[in-house]
This record gives sequence, structure tokens and C-alpha cells, in this order.
Amino acid sequence: MAERSFKEEVEKLKLGDGDEFHGEGILAVTKALLQSGVSYVAGYQGAPISHLMDVLADANEILEGLGVHFENSASEATAAATLAASVNYPLRGAVTFKSTVGTNVASDALANLASGGVTGGALVIIGEDYGEGSSIMQERVHAFAMKSQMWLLDPRPNLPSIVKAVETGFELSEASNTPVMLMLRIRACHVYGRFTTKANKRPEFTLVDALENPRRDLSRIAMPPMTYVHEKDKWEHRWPAAVKYVEDHRLNEFFDGEASDIGIVLQGGVYNTTIRALMLNGLADAYGDSKIPLYVMNVTYPLVDKEFVRFCAGKKAILIVEEGQPDYIEQAVNTILRRADIQTKIHGKDMLPMAGEYTGGVVREGIRKFIAKTRPDLIPGDAPSSEVAPLKQRESKAALSVSTEVHGRPPSFCTGCPERPIFAAMKLVERELGTHHVSADIGCHLFSIFPPFNVGATTMGYGLGAAGASALNVKAGKRAISMMGDGGFWHNGLTSGVGNAVFNKSDNVLIIVDNGYSAATGGQDIPSSFHPHANRGTQHSIETAVRGVGVTWAKTINNTYDVALMRDTLKEALTTKEKGPKVIIAHSECMLNKQRRIRPLWRKAADRGERVVRERFGVDADTCTGDHSCIRLSGCPSLTIAPNPDPLRREPITKVINSCVGCGLCGEGSHAAVLCPSFYRASLITNPTGWDRFKDRIRSAIIGFFQRRIERKLAAA
Amino acid sequence: MDTTAQRPITIAILAMGGEGGGVLAEWIVDVAEHAGYIAQMTSVPGVAQRTGATNYYVELFPKHGAKANSPAPVLGLTPMPGDVDIVIASELMEAGRAVQRGLVTPDRTTFIVSTNRVYSMTERIAMADGRVDSTALLEGCKSAAKRIIHGDMAQLAEATGSVISAVLFGALAGSKALPMQRMAFEAAIHRGGVGVKASIAAFGAGYASAEGAPVPVKAEPPVLTHISPALAPLMAEAGSYAEPARMFVRAGVERLADYQDVAYARDYLDRVKAIAEIDRRHGNGSGMLLAETARELALGMAYEDTVRVAELKIRPSRFERVRAEVQAADGQIVEIAEFLHPRVQEIADTLPAGLGRWLLKTGWARGFVERFTRSGRVVKTSTIRGFLQLYFIASLKPTRRRSLRFANEQAFLREWLATVQTIAATNYALATEIATTRTLVKGYSDTHERGRRNYDMLMQMLPRIMETPDPAAALAALRKAALADDTGLALNIAIKDIRPLPQAAE
Repeated sequence: MAERSFKEEVEKLKLGDGDEFHGEGILAVTKALLQSGVSYVAGYQGAPISHLMDVLADANEILEGLGVHFENSASEATAAATLAASVNYPLRGAVTFKSTVGTNVASDALANLASGGVTGGALVIIGEDYGEGSSIMQERVHAFAMKSQMWLLDPRPNLPSIVKAVETGFELSEASNTPVMLMLRIRACHVYGRFTTKANKRPEFTLVDALENPRRDLSRIAMPPMTYVHEKDKWEHRWPAAVKYVEDHRLNEFFDGEASDIGIVLQGGVYNTTIRALMLNGLADAYGDSKIPLYVMNVTYPLVDKEFVRFCAGKKAILIVEEGQPDYIEQAVNTILRRADIQTKIHGKDMLPMAGEYTGGVVREGIRKFIAKTRPDLIPGDAPSSEVAPLKQRESKAALSVSTEVHGRPPSFCTGCPERPIFAAMKLVERELGTHHVSADIGCHLFSIFPPFNVGATTMGYGLGAAGASALNVKAGKRAISMMGDGGFWHNGLTSGVGNAVFNKSDNVLIIVDNGYSAATGGQDIPSSFHPHANRGTQHSIETAVRGVGVTWAKTINNTYDVALMRDTLKEALTTKEKGPKVIIAHSECMLNKQRRIRPLWRKAADRGERVVRERFGVDADTCTGDHSCIRLSGCPSLTIAPNPDPLRREPITKVINSCVGCGLCGEGSHAAVLCPSFYRASLITNPTGWDRFKDRIRSAIIGFFQRRIERKLAAA
Repeated sequence: MDTTAQRPITIAILAMGGEGGGVLAEWIVDVAEHAGYIAQMTSVPGVAQRTGATNYYVELFPKHGAKANSPAPVLGLTPMPGDVDIVIASELMEAGRAVQRGLVTPDRTTFIVSTNRVYSMTERIAMADGRVDSTALLEGCKSAAKRIIHGDMAQLAEATGSVISAVLFGALAGSKALPMQRMAFEAAIHRGGVGVKASIAAFGAGYASAEGAPVPVKAEPPVLTHISPALAPLMAEAGSYAEPARMFVRAGVERLADYQDVAYARDYLDRVKAIAEIDRRHGNGSGMLLAETARELALGMAYEDTVRVAELKIRPSRFERVRAEVQAADGQIVEIAEFLHPRVQEIADTLPAGLGRWLLKTGWARGFVERFTRSGRVVKTSTIRGFLQLYFIASLKPTRRRSLRFANEQAFLREWLATVQTIAATNYALATEIATTRTLVKGYSDTHERGRRNYDMLMQMLPRIMETPDPAAALAALRKAALADDTGLALNIAIKDIRPLPQAAE
């Protein structure tokens, strides 16, 4: 059950010829796949392509109706290997994952796939998670396209262009027997727009045909001597075929402009930003009508030499707008023009920053520099001189006066997150046994590196938390602790981490955070998800798997909120004499998904008049002394501060706001850490039963009697 | 027509993950599309949707403005500094972030700001007061924008039982920054179809606030303050002091009468009187020494012991406060459970001094009691059993003056007051800082012990501190350091930095 339901969006997948689709870019891709007669789709979730996976998961019966097979792959490597079905059969297949983390994982399969080449169109849809708001290390997928020689599409970020890229992508792949990558930047994946749809197409050749009439072609298998033949074939046939297709079908676009002696070459993906930058420099209108000629590369690999030669003819200078480093395209263009002995000056990274996202302000400034150098006459006096507004603003008193008051706000554990108490327990163990080396992983649990926990030294990739502690496997006074999520565990951690630790006789401690979903990517199901699933095999125990690869010390904690138990179990794992890896499986459901699951049920039950108990915590202002150690042990969004009502005190008090879901950490924490007596748990009973009301009456009577005595005493005082 | 003049309406939304910034953006797109605009929206959620700062960007372009048989307009994907017409911030620090990023410009931007604070981690984990200056933030926002609409939209959302995105949507409509009519905005909410009734109410509140309607003040749970005839003369005496001391002395007298009895409040006043005399003799007329001492003395005398905690937790006013805080409706029953962890220390503290000391130093007795206090207790105050447990502890109040903790605290306060008085004769400013420094001693168990340790350390350092050019400032700095972290790291560094006067150094 994914974080977001796409039941509505699924309806859009049914749109026919000439209908208008309104929606997110990544959903348009999904529709485009069905319009292209795709036979199978697979992938691994992760921003910004999670929604593609989620919508397909919700669209199961439509897919079955079309004879399209959809898989939630175990990893990006699995997804890429899935494309093997297109090697021998005329099957169109698409897989998706985020880059570059996913591309890294998929590289082995992609290289083998690209070596042998394909018969049916093979499309790899890449969410390029580069720039502002990215959740991964900054690299370009471009390098992967070049190293395995796969074609790279980088369409203009509007829905019609993206949809066209999907359709032509398959054709390009088939025309050149090469897998094709379609890269979409974060904002393009999430861009809301519209396009005119076509009816979905059933694949002519189906997976059933393939299974029942198997084929093999030795020449396509990546094994000497064929691999060397592949290398020649890549250069002698597949490349020229691809270049021919790109040219013949005009995949790249040329836009004329009056200033014909200069021009701008740009990746399709940065088209909108470039046009806006030109517009604000007074060199284009809102419809993309530009005074400067543009060469928009919707295909950024391979480059088409002839097109560059044609574009540069009669131009004294061009500006290349290429996002990210290194400047692969700019270097290639230099070679192309030198070979053709064309003297056009090439500008690019000398006027635009080498690294980082090409946001509006950045490109506007770069283009202004380019024009100022090559055609200063084109800068109209009245045009908003690019840097004026922003720079003046940045230096303005306003900006300065706030800058000291603005803190960073990194992502953090959600309200009631079951992972928080795990780190609270680690902090408590720290007090007793001192600090330990902690090898972190990818997933929500990585938020532990930020305050208030400040736990975790490195993260080496998804599922590689335990692997990241491999070297620290020697006799010592302390053991290393590694973290791993259930998502990462099934992705590869079981072998790369647990199996490896068993085989190398590691003594270290591994905490597997089992919240029942691939939570950080949007709550997708995984093999250990504890709810039965119609189309997927769930409810497979992590502890069984861990013991299966030879771990003997394995403990599952079924309530992570029991901080004392977490603390003591971790202490035992760190101190036990027993040899071999110690694995703690900390199991409690992701609160974000749990709330999404139970809130509607509660509401319905309450409306039906059934007894519903909602628990939440609170802090007594008059016993809270404003030290906030409870917050330092939790950091829950609903555990915050408020002005102190006590005129004698200055420190803000701790306050629990009504978003509290009553997870219990506050109480367990104040017990385990002996914090303070200010916390209380309130159980709010809706539709109390007769027995509830009876108890309440008796209690109120007796308690009320004593409370009146208290009142009298106070009044006398 | 001169198409270069045409530009889209640009809207940036700065919010935090889970606040419904996406819903707000979708409403804007919907209202625009139905008004004949071409709308584009994008965002960069990623992991930011896990409570981190996130942003959404919307561009609207009039269809009718479009060139004849022209392609669709090219709309931007990132807000460009200096080119944003409307910036909506769901929280004050996020508004500050928008200003910092240069998105808000005086020549163009209508700035819709919710002034509520969602405190950052840095602010929340501070050991004292780590809050940033909200006034500075709001002033910065005001001076940055062409036009600003601000108010506590979160409170409006709470008041209307809805979410902040609906209130902000209302404020946007009310700002008239978009050419659509109110009806059109409300229609979008109806089309949205989820929680329509509450959303419309919230929308209305936001709309009104944009038109300058005052934000209703939140009704705080009533604080009952009756003054018994026995206390009246003391209150009168407290009232005779001049500000800034007066409000503290009055609060102190009330607090201590409530904490123990009128006699205890009397003790307080007598001690305050002595300090007042010192202040008059050595003071600079500011009365700061008196004010700070009176404030800290009241807190010190009303230290939080088991009796006090029990007493506060069983009061009827407290039961009412809890009901209000969990927003319990009539017919709903509220059960309260306390999380208490009394240790041998607390038990000994409550016993008569002699017995308490004996328990602490007698191994077998201590061990015996410890067996029962290893883990914390959950006491259900709303049950008769739980209530009576606390009622019994509270009823030990009359024995407090004989308890071990009382003896210790009084000794501590006497010493503190003595130091304040002696120093005051030579260095009024430093004496005032010493008075304030008692604030380090607060809280329970570890927190209390840590605070006491730090306080003692600073007091032992007084001779060295007095050798510095500005002792008062030096002590203040050390106190700040003591509150910087709970490991004592900052304090140790600060102590090393204490530099004596040059001549003193020779």
C-alpha cells in the first residue's frame, strides 16, 4: 500500500484518441508507455519516479486487460535485467529507477544488455535527481549512457515532448538495436501539464508468444568471442543507425532567430528555463520566440556532428547550456568543430557555473554574459538587467536582517515515527558504554545524522549499512553498529551486509529497521510487509531470512517504542560474548502509513457510534522547567516548545501539540532516561460504553470529593 | 500585439513537508484553469516531504492573451529571484527563507505570510531559550515585499477545524492578487471534494484576515487567582515594591503560599526585604538585583519535589486543563496517566532529614528500596487508586519543612543569597548576574544534578572571574556556555577562555 493512492489517476490511463490528459509528467510517461504498445514494465521506486511505480501498481487490472506485465523489481539491477526479454523477442519493455543511485546498481545488467543489443524496443526511464532538493549524491546519468553506449533522451520539459520522447525512444531503440535512456529531471517528473492522448495499444507480440516459442541468438550473448564483435557492431552499425534515425525524424529541434551570427545549444531539459532567461533579458517572448537561434538537443547522446556543423555555419559564437559537471557535451562539441575545422567560438562553462542546477537566475546571468560579449547591441537599455533585482535583493537590509534568524530545516522523522525510539535508545546506551562507530544506510533512518540524535558516520548506499562497517572487524574494546532499513535489506543488504558479516566472521552489531514498507520512497510494499497483498508475496520474516544465511544471534523487537527494551537489547548485542554478527530487527509499522491506514477506520467507527480510544501525550506546564532534554531525546514534530505561562520563568516550556499520535515514546523515554514527571498520557474515549460512563461517574464522585477538600485548603492558604 | 510585454503570473509556495502545500498548489491550478488560464505547477518534494522545508512553483498564463495560432507559452519550472508575483509562506521562518532566497522583491511581490512558528530543531533542543527573533523576521518580510498580508493562519486553521493550506488559499483570494472572484476559489475547493465544509470555513477565515479582519485571540485555560484574607497583607507588601521587582515579588508570594503556606510566603518576603535594602544601598537605581533575586528566590524556594508534583497533578484545575488541551468534547471521557520515576534519592528527600540521610548511606536499606524503584511507574490519576496514591504524597506537605530536601535547598539558597549580598557591596552588576545564575539549578534527577554541578563550578570560579575586565559579562558568558549543551563541552571551552586583567596576569 503506497503512501499515495492513484485510483483517480489510473482512470486517466484509459483515455483514448484525442482526449486531453491533465496531470503530472511522470504519469504522462505511464500513459505514453501504454500508447506505445509496451509488453512489460518493471522498476524500483525512488524520487522522482516513485509515482510511476505507484500508479502502475494501482492500475493492475488495466494492465492485465492490455496484456502488459508489471513487476515491482527487487532492485534496479533486477529491473535492468528484466529488459533481457527484449534481446531475442520483438517485445517493447520499459524499466524505471532514479539516477544515479539506481543506474549504479543497474550498471552490470545495463552493460550486458547494451553489449549484446536488443531486438524489441528497450527503454530505461531515469529520474535524474540532480540539483536543488535532490536526495542523493550529485552525479550525471550522461556518463552511464556514454560508457555502455546507450542513447540518452533529454526532452523539453512539457508533457507533449515527454510523451513523444517515450514513443520515439522505442523506435530509436529498435532502429539501432540499442537500449535507450529517457532522462527526466525532478521538476519535469513532477510538472503538471496536459497533452492529447492516443488509444492504448496491445502489444502485437506478447510474453506468452515468447514463452511458448523460445528463441536464442548466440551472437547477442555477452561472452567472448561475441563481446568483441559487439564492440565493433556498436561503432560500425548501431551508432550510425541511431544518428540517422535522430536526423531523419528530427528528434532535435532548431529555432531560428534574427541574431543569426550567434546561437545557443541546449539540452531539451533546460529549454523552459533558458527561454525564461532569454525573456527576462528581453531576447524572447513568452511563446519561446527567440531573437537568438536555438539548437535544442532532445537527444544528448549520441551527438549529431552534421547538425552541429549546420547550426554553427556563419556563427561567430555559440553558448552551450549543459547542466552538471563534467562538461561532456561541451568537450565533444569542441572535437566535432575542430574535426570539421569550424572556427565558431564555443562558450559554456566559462559563462555558466560548472556544477549545480541551472535554475532561472543562473541561466539568466550566463546568457547575459554571453550576449554582452558577443552581441552587446542586443541588450536593450530597458530590459531588466539580469543581476539587478536578485543581487540588490540579496544585499538588501531585509535579506540580511532575516538571514540570522533563518535556520536550516532538514528532513526529519515524522510524528510518532517508530524509528525515533531506536535512536533514543542508542543515545541512552551511549551514556553507559560511550560512543560507537555507526555505519548508516539509505532510508528514513538516515535522518539520525541530524540533530537531535547526531548518530551515524557514513552511508555507502542503499542496503550497504552493514557492508560499510566491514573493515571495522577486528578485536577491539568496542563493536561497530550498522543500520539498515527493511527496504535496503531486501534490495541487497541480506547478501552484501548480513551474508558478508557471517562469512567474514564479523562481531559487529546490525540494527535492521523493519517498518513494513519501503518508507522513504513512498511506502511501497516489500517482501516483509505484514499485510497480505493480492498481487505480491508479502509477510516474509526478516529474522528467518537472517538466520537462513547463518546468523545465530538475532532478536526481533516487536515494539520499538519500548525504549528500555531497545536499550537493553542493544547493550546486550554490544557486550555479549557470543561470536558472529548480532542482528537486531526493530519492528514497528511506519507511522505515516499506519495513520493513513487507521485514521479512516477510526472515523468510520466513531460515526457508527462505536467506542474509539485516541491516545495522545501532554506536558504539565507547571512542572516543566524548560530544560527540553525530552526533546533532545526525541525531536518529534509534535513535541515542541511554547512561551512559559509562569511569570517567574524565562525558558519556553515543552508542549505537545494536537498532532500527537500517542506513539508512547515520550512516556517510555522519560521513564528510561528518568527525565521528569511532566508527561501525561490522555486517553480520549469517543462513544463511551455504559460501563465507561458508570466508572467515570463513580470516579468523578470520589475524586471530586477529595478535590473539593483541596480547593478548600487552597482557599484557606 | 507586443508579445514581449506578456508574461505569466508567477507564484511560489514555501511550506514544510506534510503541510498540504501541494493541495494549495493544486487548488490554484484548478481555479486558474477554470478561469481560462494555462496553468503549470511543479515541485521538488523528495525526502523534504518528511517535515523538511519544501517549495512548490506555479505559473499561470491567460489563454485569451495567447498569440493567434501560436504554440503554447513556455512556462518556467523554477522561481526566479526578482520575478515572483506572489509568494505564499506557511510559516514565519519559511517566509524568512523566501526573503533570504531573494524570491520576495519590493517592486513585484505580494507576500502572504502565516506568522505562526513551527520551531526548528535548533530552537527546540536548546537547554534554555533558543528561539529566534520573530519580530526581526516579520520586519524583514515587510521590508522585502511590495505588499504583505500576514496573520496566524495556523490558528485560523485550528479554529475552523481545518488545515493551513485552506486558510492560505483564502488569504490568496482575499489579497485580490489574482484576477479571479471569491466564488471561483470556493468552487475549486468544492471540486476538490475532500473535507469541503471545513476547508470552506478555513478559506473564509483566511479571506477575512486578508481583508484585515482581526485574528481571534486563543482562549487560554483560566488561571484561578483568589487571594485569601490571610495572604492579603503580604500581597499588599509585595505591591509596595517598584517595578521591575514588583511583578516578581507578587508572583513569588502567591507561588509560595500555594507551595507551602502563608508563613513560607512570609519568609520569602523577609528575605526579599533584606535584598531590597542591599539594592538600595549599592544599586544604580535599576532595581535589577532585587528583581532577579526576587524572581530566582521564589523559584528556588518552590523547588519541584515529589509532594509538589503530586499536588499539582491532582488539582481540579489541572484536570480541566488536560481536557482543554486534548480538545475533549462533551460526552467524551478523558483518562489521564502520569509517567513518574521516583528513585531512592527522591524518596529520601521526602523523609525527615535524619531518616533520609540514614536511608541514603545505609547500604542494605538503600538496596532494599532501590529494588522497587528500578523502573518508572505509570499512575492513572483519573482512577481512584492512582488519584489516592498522589493524594497521599501531596498530603505530606506539612512535613516538608522537616524533610531532607528542604534542609538541603535552604542551605543552598542561604549560601547563594549570602554570595549575592557580599558581592553586591563591591560589584552590583556581578551580584545581579550571580542572582540570575541560580537559574542553572532546575529540573529533575540528571538535569537537576547537572545544573547544580555547573552552578557550583561557576561559584568556585568567582575569584578568577573577578579578575577579568568585566566580571558580570564573564559570568553571563559562562552561564550561557553552561546552557549550550548537556555534555559540558561548551562550558569547559568557555572556562579556558577566561582571561584575567593584563596587570593581574603579570
